Amino acid sequence: MGHSLTSFPLQASYFIATLLLVLGLKRMGSPRTARNGIVWAGVGMLLATLVTLAYLPGVWNFTEPASWHRLVLILVALAAGAIPAWWSGRRVPLTEMPQMVAIYNGLGGGAAAAIAAVEIYSGRAYLGSLAFPVIAVTGALIGTVAFGGSIVAFLKLQGWMGSPRISGRHVTNGILSIVVLLLTIANIFPARVPAFGLPVSSLVGVFLVASLILGIIVTLPIGGADMPVVISTYNACIGLAVGFEGFVVQNPAMIIAGTIVGAAGTLLTILMARAMNRSFMNVWFSGFGDVAAVAASGGPARVMNSMDARDAAATMAYSEDIIVVPGYGLAVAQAQHKLWEFVQMLQKRDVKVRFAVHPVAGRMPGHMSVLLAEAGVPYDLIYDLEEINSDFVNSDVSLVIGANDVVNPAARSDKSSPIYGMPILNADQAKQVLVIKRGTGAGFSGIQNELFFGANTHMVFGDAQDVIAKMISGLKEL
Amino acid sequence: MMTGFVALYIFLITAIAGYEIVARVPVILHTPLMSGSNFVHGIVLVGAMVALAEAHGNLQISVGFVGVVMATSNAVGGYVSTERMLEMFHGKEKK
Repeated sequence: MGHSLTSFPLQASYFIATLLLVLGLKRMGSPRTARNGIVWAGVGMLLATLVTLAYLPGVWNFTEPASWHRLVLILVALAAGAIPAWWSGRRVPLTEMPQMVAIYNGLGGGAAAAIAAVEIYSGRAYLGSLAFPVIAVTGALIGTVAFGGSIVAFLKLQGWMGSPRISGRHVTNGILSIVVLLLTIANIFPARVPAFGLPVSSLVGVFLVASLILGIIVTLPIGGADMPVVISTYNACIGLAVGFEGFVVQNPAMIIAGTIVGAAGTLLTILMARAMNRSFMNVWFSGFGDVAAVAASGGPARVMNSMDARDAAATMAYSEDIIVVPGYGLAVAQAQHKLWEFVQMLQKRDVKVRFAVHPVAGRMPGHMSVLLAEAGVPYDLIYDLEEINSDFVNSDVSLVIGANDVVNPAARSDKSSPIYGMPILNADQAKQVLVIKRGTGAGFSGIQNELFFGANTHMVFGDAQDVIAKMISGLKEL
Repeated sequence: MMTGFVALYIFLITAIAGYEIVARVPVILHTPLMSGSNFVHGIVLVGAMVALAEAHGNLQISVGFVGVVMATSNAVGGYVSTERMLEMFHGKEKK
């Protein structure tokens, strides 16, 4: 508090920087503007950093050796943080990006805690109203727990750590939570609470270490498959922690940017959990998050991932190669005209789209080709099973519309299946499978389709006509 | 000074704005947006720099130093990773 950050150029720069950060974040929410969104936010960040550096209290006094010393220290710290982060961020393959996000994110939480610690050590946190130590210490708590958890998320995604089942975990968590709570209170009222006989400086240290351990053990039992939700949760937490410390040091850019990330991150976490067909509470409190592991050991997991029609449209708009597998559901819904309209929009975006027609698609040989031709689909886009089946492996998306048995991989592999041996379209081999289907029921043959439960499959539930109409309006909005 | 109810109002309105920003984001942008918002809270760097500048004594200076290093990693790493994730949207838009 009471930092001498009051000059007009400084405040004006913070205002512009905050605006750029917020608008940048907003632009990152749409595929069309996402790329310049990060640039806007980057310019905002650079502006805020440079202007802060220029106005740092007490470091620009060139006649004073102590000032020089401090300035050099700050520049060294900036370089020590920037160089490894830049190097690792550039070098790491894109597949390992999520764990890098986890670790960069966690470090932000650590930084928020460090600010709180300095404010507490210096006694500045206790100068104003009670709100200041409450916010400072709470922010440090949230930031440190999220830091510990982010380290675990990093280790798990990197494959360096499994999901140990600690016996008596709930008791340990409970005891540690109480200890951390007491330490939180002790740090808020260091003068009044005996604080276990510790001086304030050690008290803060013990508090931060205990919070870090709490973050670690809370995250330990959560399975690797749920880590994106975990990272997103900690991202929101750290945003909030940054906002809190922003209040403590009275920095408007930190308050706004931090709080906005706290709120946006919370909603993003919920949306993410939903898209993965997991509930937020389930991820955090079940302790058995590893759906994939359960599936591998105890037979197929009976979980279908679902996706909204707009999201499905956006996914396809940014793919290169799509194979459409039309089936009976398309015929029933009379959606072939809408489908062709949708495909033409994709073609305008330079997406390669082909149709794969199974001999018995639509339940009458040749039925489907006729329907497509009627809608105006040129013949050279329509492929037979033999012509296209080897191409699914190289395609980005296979869009299955109201087809079921003709794409059931059980026909290839499961000898006990009634349709074993029937030639099928290898839609399951595409990088991503989108299935438009009315409900979760079995197909014409009455057997369940493993394709719908695949890890790379998303179900878009609904009548083909309605879903495709939504996809078209989704594309128009992109 | 942003204290008391003024602070509370700022907090409230900012939170609503944050909620609105991601209310209609397509699934393909979830991970880049998480990364992007991770970068945005890298603004903690400005607070960390001020804390280090005002630190007194070895303990405060050490903690402040570590704080600046961590905050810089957050900001720089957040930017680089987000930019790389969003590269996939670049090629498309040029056409």
